[in-house]
Amino acid sequence: MPTFVRTDKCDGCKGQDKTACMYICPHDLMKLDKDGSETGHAMKSYNQEPEQCWECYSCIKICPQNAIEARPYADIVPLGASVQPLRGTDSIMWTIKFRNGTMKRFKFPIRTTPEGSIDPYGGKPKADLSKIAEPGFFNKGEQNGWRDGDPSELICK
Amino acid sequence: MAEFGNPEVVEEEVDILIIGGGMAACGTAYEIGPWLEAAKESAGMDIKVKLVDKAALDRSGAVAQGLSAINTYIGPEQDPADYARMVSNDLMGITRDDLAYDLGRHVDESVHLFEEWGLPIWKTDENGERHNGAEGLPSLKDGGKPVRSGKWQIMINGESYKWIVAEAAKKALGTDRIQERVFIVKLVNDKNDKNRVAGAVGFSVREHKLYVYKFKACMLAAGGCVNIFRPRSVGEGQGRAWYPVWNAGSTYAMAAEAGAEMTMMENRFVPTRFKDGYGPVGAWFLLFKSKATNAFGEVYMERNKEMLDDYPPYGQAQVPASCLRNHLMLKEMREGRGPIWMDTVTALAKLRETLSPREVKHLEAEAWEDFLDMCIGQCGIWAGENIEPEKKNSELMPTEPYLLGSHSGCCGIWVSGPEDVGAPTTEEHPEKDKIPSHLPEGWHWGYRGMTTVKGLFTAGDGVGASGHKFSSGSHAEGRMAAKSMVKFVIDNKDWTPELDTDVDTLIEEIYRPVRNYLEFKDYTTAIDVNPNYITPRMLQFRLQKIMDEYVAGVATYYTTNEHMLNLAEQKLEMLKEDSLKMRAKDLHELLRAWENYHRILAAEAHMKHIQFREESRYPGFYYRMDKNFVDEENWKCFVNSVYDKETKTWTCFKRAHKDLVDKSKLFK
Repeated sequence: MPTFVRTDKCDGCKGQDKTACMYICPHDLMKLDKDGSETGHAMKSYNQEPEQCWECYSCIKICPQNAIEARPYADIVPLGASVQPLRGTDSIMWTIKFRNGTMKRFKFPIRTTPEGSIDPYGGKPKADLSKIAEPGFFNKGEQNGWRDGDPSELICK
Repeated sequence: MAEFGNPEVVEEEVDILIIGGGMAACGTAYEIGPWLEAAKESAGMDIKVKLVDKAALDRSGAVAQGLSAINTYIGPEQDPADYARMVSNDLMGITRDDLAYDLGRHVDESVHLFEEWGLPIWKTDENGERHNGAEGLPSLKDGGKPVRSGKWQIMINGESYKWIVAEAAKKALGTDRIQERVFIVKLVNDKNDKNRVAGAVGFSVREHKLYVYKFKACMLAAGGCVNIFRPRSVGEGQGRAWYPVWNAGSTYAMAAEAGAEMTMMENRFVPTRFKDGYGPVGAWFLLFKSKATNAFGEVYMERNKEMLDDYPPYGQAQVPASCLRNHLMLKEMREGRGPIWMDTVTALAKLRETLSPREVKHLEAEAWEDFLDMCIGQCGIWAGENIEPEKKNSELMPTEPYLLGSHSGCCGIWVSGPEDVGAPTTEEHPEKDKIPSHLPEGWHWGYRGMTTVKGLFTAGDGVGASGHKFSSGSHAEGRMAAKSMVKFVIDNKDWTPELDTDVDTLIEEIYRPVRNYLEFKDYTTAIDVNPNYITPRMLQFRLQKIMDEYVAGVATYYTTNEHMLNLAEQKLEMLKEDSLKMRAKDLHELLRAWENYHRILAAEAHMKHIQFREESRYPGFYYRMDKNFVDEENWKCFVNSVYDKETKTWTCFKRAHKDLVDKSKLFK
């Protein structure tokens, strides 16, 4: 399902050096056409290699103008359907339109903490260098996730 | 001023370089922080670290899109040994119990952190009802009960899974120690020790800059390998690979060129998924209790169950190996009883019998979320074909083959394991004399996660002979290696890296596709048709055609033989020669050129290992029709290999397999 950029909505991220979609695409597909020489639409981005698009929707979810959508793969899918998200900070809303007009809407949580709030080492112990060669992480057991295992299971020990 | 054709060269020396930005690399980035602090406080060492990612950390790696489940969660009620047994059986008996067991005892520590950071994990309440992960039920750490979609899997609301894990990694490391959009394409050995790594080189895909890093140790975690076989969809749909299309075999290719011992590169994964969109089937089978049938509604796992007896003991476990489940399905397809259906209609109807209307609505949302969290394209196909799963069944199809070490596959690099689980310390094997003498004996040589090349570490898809780590296990494996890299650097405090190749030569090599383009572009009027160079795109098509037609791709229903492999060998050699003639008309194409070079080496390793292993160890994934059997007596062993970057040749050899946990428990 290659992504496409709507000319009426994309603002090229207001003339910044790189757009949000260029920043995020894991496969380096989105490109800003600065002078319009590649697409005829100056200062708007486009998918430069649609047959390499994984449909991960990273660009669609991040676009501040909601200018990016996906058109299901032309070599596989009958025309007329769309799947469009609206991603917030704690949930995502999906609108699914079927070829026959059926609509479905879903909302799912995506995160239980405020974005940017992670305190990676807050309340965690320091690493003990004398234990660096032993199994277990720096905070072994702090998360109650260490599984010691029944020693008799190790038949060669 | 740097420009295309005349790049700026940036040279930097660090102690530890992390290559990659996925779950494994994020695990390394997180765990390393406290050990760096400890090294500073207790050993007076200021260890310098850098992470380089060819994409953006927020959405890089296999979890970029999100996930609907965490597939490796042991839980307090299961033993790491149970996990090691499952891994072994699913991969037809040849895995390293030491690696699986070690991962099993560590992995939940990472899962609990994900929840602390904000990942919503579904819960079951005291009445057995399911709740999403944002409804405030007790966390797993505090005894909350996850929703098990299988023995090892738990359900999540995972759209932002990678975003969350990346936030922790970025904060742990600090953004000044992270370099995004730099693609490392080659490791450089040490000048004084060819079995040691001293540096890495790559380029920016955004600026005209080449990067040369020197280091004492390096984490190479750049994913598995996608698109070496011709995919079933060859138009726009070729991007809809099952595994992420940006996984280009870079981990395997760079490690092999640096001299690392590879393992089980004959292994592949051919997932059976919803046709064309490759949507996940796990929740459908395990959570919704759906059955897969042939065209006549017959359940092939029951119809063909006697075929499992051909492969003892792997077919006789409660859950037969993944490849054997494909094997039973392929019989239906070959004999003309396709298509294969996932009977979603019956499954949902049965569930509705006992549910309230509110629960039915919830169930429908769960079914759609399963795709929306990790495979949105499948929803596009359902919507385009007017498929509502409660009204219309969906087709299943086995995909093109993939190489990976973290999902249901076990190809990768041979690494040092834990020292306290009873792993062998010597090599006891009739053909041990054929193992190149510079390689270590036994399964551990001092640093957990280190390859046979000094200073080169790996995790996730990079670690071979294990598998079934998935997202959580890859993170945990990256963390384990972080510790041992710090130890390695402390132990090698006074050692200084020296590159075995001078910087100018390296630059010429990396930039060759650009030179090819600039030198010859005006020879013809059509930019893509030129006898002096080949586009990365066409080179990829050539690779895919060879692999598909000769090395057991979908074109031959996953079959090959010695003669076909010999032809593939010749064709791949010429392809490798021609890879020097790839062109790059811009930085984006330079990225593709190097990805495809990595793909060729990964593909060649795969072919050589299949050629060496004179049996068909993974029926349903590939068949050597001239050796169409599992030979426990001669081939229940690891097939390992080393690559010589000077002669560009592979040497394959056997290593002994040993069980460290009792596998007979699987069959009781």
